[in-house]
Amino acid sequence: MAITRRKFVLESAVGAGAILIGIHFGEPLLRSQESDKAKKKAAPNPFDAYVHVKPDGKVSLIVAKSEMGQGIKTGLAMILAEEADLDFNSVSVEQAETRPDIYTHMGTGGSGSTMENFMPLRRAGATVRELMVTAAAAKWKVPKSECEVKKGVVRHGNSSRQASYGELVEAASKLPLPDQEKVELKDEAYFALIGHATPRVDIPAKVNGSAQFGIDVRVPDMLFAMVARCPTFGGKAAKFDASKAKAVAGVRDVFEIPSLGRGVFTAGGVVVVADSTWAAMKGREALDITWDRGGAASESSEGMREALRQAAQKPGKRVRNDGNVDAVFSNGAKKVDALYELPLLAHATMEPMNITVHVRGREAEVWAPTQSPDWVQGTMAEVLGLKPPQVIVHTTYLGGGFGRRYMADFPGEAAQIGKIVGKPVQLVWSREDDMTHDFYRPATCHRFVGAVDAEGRPVAWSHTLASTSIRGFWDPTAPAEEQEIGGAAQMPYAIPNVRLEFNDVSSAVPRAWWRSVENSFNGFVVESFIDELAVAAGKDPFEFRRGLLVKPVNWKPKNEDDVDPARLRGVLELAAKKAGWGKPLPKGCGRGIAAFCSFGSYFAEVAEVTVKSGNFKIDRMVAAVDCGQMVNPESVRSQTEGAIIYGLSAALKNEITLKNGAIEQTNFDGYDPIRIDEAPPIEVYLTESKEDCGGMGEPALPPAAPAVANAIFAACGQRLRKLPFQLKSA
Amino acid sequence: MSAIHLVINNNPHDLEIAPDTPLLWVLRDQLSLTGTKYGCGMGLCGACTVHLDGEAVRSCQTPVSSVGAKKITTIEGLSADNTHPLQRAWIAEQVPQCGYCQPGQIMSAAALLAKTPSPSDGQIDSAMGGNLCRCGMYQRIRRAIHRAAETAGKGA
Repeated sequence: MAITRRKFVLESAVGAGAILIGIHFGEPLLRSQESDKAKKKAAPNPFDAYVHVKPDGKVSLIVAKSEMGQGIKTGLAMILAEEADLDFNSVSVEQAETRPDIYTHMGTGGSGSTMENFMPLRRAGATVRELMVTAAAAKWKVPKSECEVKKGVVRHGNSSRQASYGELVEAASKLPLPDQEKVELKDEAYFALIGHATPRVDIPAKVNGSAQFGIDVRVPDMLFAMVARCPTFGGKAAKFDASKAKAVAGVRDVFEIPSLGRGVFTAGGVVVVADSTWAAMKGREALDITWDRGGAASESSEGMREALRQAAQKPGKRVRNDGNVDAVFSNGAKKVDALYELPLLAHATMEPMNITVHVRGREAEVWAPTQSPDWVQGTMAEVLGLKPPQVIVHTTYLGGGFGRRYMADFPGEAAQIGKIVGKPVQLVWSREDDMTHDFYRPATCHRFVGAVDAEGRPVAWSHTLASTSIRGFWDPTAPAEEQEIGGAAQMPYAIPNVRLEFNDVSSAVPRAWWRSVENSFNGFVVESFIDELAVAAGKDPFEFRRGLLVKPVNWKPKNEDDVDPARLRGVLELAAKKAGWGKPLPKGCGRGIAAFCSFGSYFAEVAEVTVKSGNFKIDRMVAAVDCGQMVNPESVRSQTEGAIIYGLSAALKNEITLKNGAIEQTNFDGYDPIRIDEAPPIEVYLTESKEDCGGMGEPALPPAAPAVANAIFAACGQRLRKLPFQLKSA
Repeated sequence: MSAIHLVINNNPHDLEIAPDTPLLWVLRDQLSLTGTKYGCGMGLCGACTVHLDGEAVRSCQTPVSSVGAKKITTIEGLSADNTHPLQRAWIAEQVPQCGYCQPGQIMSAAALLAKTPSPSDGQIDSAMGGNLCRCGMYQRIRRAIHRAAETAGKGA
């Protein structure tokens, strides 16, 4: 399969010079384990990078991705342990230090960690095993083929000799490294860890308060800082009076920091440094600031919505054009015309943004809950006038990520503050800061026109997508549709005439990647509108989809993110079967289905709802998963449950709105995610698959909202085309 | 500044502190008991839940001066070694994802079980409705509470 790395290059005008930062977030990474080897550096020495064996036999496995609850610390360590033949129960798993010289891509995003690392870590583990066997065979002067390994011990079958990895490591690590691409890997049939549900290594520390998140970092003599930022985007402090703030007990200093430019996108503001978080909060409250609200102070959600509606109803940049939809529309086929609208969304991780920094002259030490430690390092080095290796970045646990913690804004601020303070200082964002200065999921509007023929076959599909695009915010010179069309351009149903057009709508509101990125809206609209066509055709929505997921003979993907119709049909059928599709439901209840592929994984979900006196309740969610080769099925289940709830929070409740240029929602009262009493039971059904690993952090999300919307339609005949859902009372 | 005496996880502490300081920040910043989390500062998310004489309270809404002689229990004091039935159940059901809200979830659940040893789903919903989990692990939380109730009932 051809692989194109969709490298997102950002121009960052930090400090004096402009630097280019490549981030791989959002790239599909399908089969990336085999991707563009030519561009890759040679694999690192596994003894340096991944498997630390001490002479006493203790083994540490090193994970160079951020743990934000997705279980990556367990999953990647399982891959290493599998091929290195280690006893997983006796290893410890440690977070890698930020060493881009060793680890080529440390960013955790795009659901890519397993996809990227599956083969490289298998090879790294197998290389360790190979070198241990070579060392043992040399020591015993026997052929390697007579040696076997079990749980970190090499045994010679013909004698009773054995040696542990601890005893062998000194000799093994001096041997020449074999070509890791050619090291013999385990036969997948003998996997003892990969594919087997394994308890997560991070969980015990997460039930007794000992797990250290960024905000928990405590360093001797540390101070705490908060920043007062202009409520509008692009505004700044015109003047401020710090006298009352400085009178607050515990406040040490008040000073202003400027906004950092494109790529980092900090707001700048007035910093209060204090002995405690509380004193910093109280000091900030006591600041008297007159804001210059900047050029975007009149922006509103009403204006944005109207601009999006207009943009969705005019011709746009043509992204896909199969056949000729206009010819079908003019020939009298039965048409369906619909407009869908989705709002801005905040990530709202449970742990607000924070970071701790200690600048010590020509060196800085940083404790960061980040999805992109290498970007943090580069950004902070730039602000501090240091070289990246002079900035030591420790990645802590992340109290949620969902894309928000990929950003370098809070690290940029912390570098500015740490440079002035000169002591260890923890920058803490309040919940209000976090919600009003996020990088939001774009708001979109979608106009669909479809047509079905007299036999009930869909014959045309026209989708015009208008978005406050991510690229439009980050780099106005780049094609704005690039991070908006995924999942819409790959609309997988066999319809002869298909058109997708795109229009960008500008806004000062910062936008970036929110869990599943554009799939979060395209999944909703594609899977809702195909349901509308099924209704127009008088067909059962499951059978209608099933009939359109046709895999042509000799089908091969042309692009890395093409959807395999057979795999999508597979999960569709599995979800329908497990949900009891077609079985009668009581009056007022309905069942809806949606199927969607993103990040290399295939999902179908069935929702059952009850609609009663203008309200609805989700009674049950059924999910079928085909994510290719699984590493830890326990994490696959957990991610499926979590992404569904995250998607349902957006479907049922959450919306970020703008008034006079400022975000209106400031805390969990205005932006309240799903709570336990609203969370439906979720059943997850896994597919055993030997296909390449797909991603798991995001792809369960897109089908959740449309499955519910389709179920509500089935229950009461109301088609919900706007998120969050609002049912008209009966 | 006032002199304040607190008993936290059975340990006495004497502090000089502004009396309006929320208990949350006393625990986190003065005493480095960072298991209790800041999530919203408004009593909306439950991440800061601790016990005062066994009652679940939001420590971000509890001025330190209001604690008086009540005994404070934080997640660090729930058990010495992850052996509380809820901690065992949380591990068995693999509840946490990011884990940030879980100290608050567990403290709310512990207060529930102390009063209602065998809660129904409805009782769990009303006791746990103030605790947000952005990772959406509610189904596992419910299962873990039932599991802990069963094992505690068996004297395990």
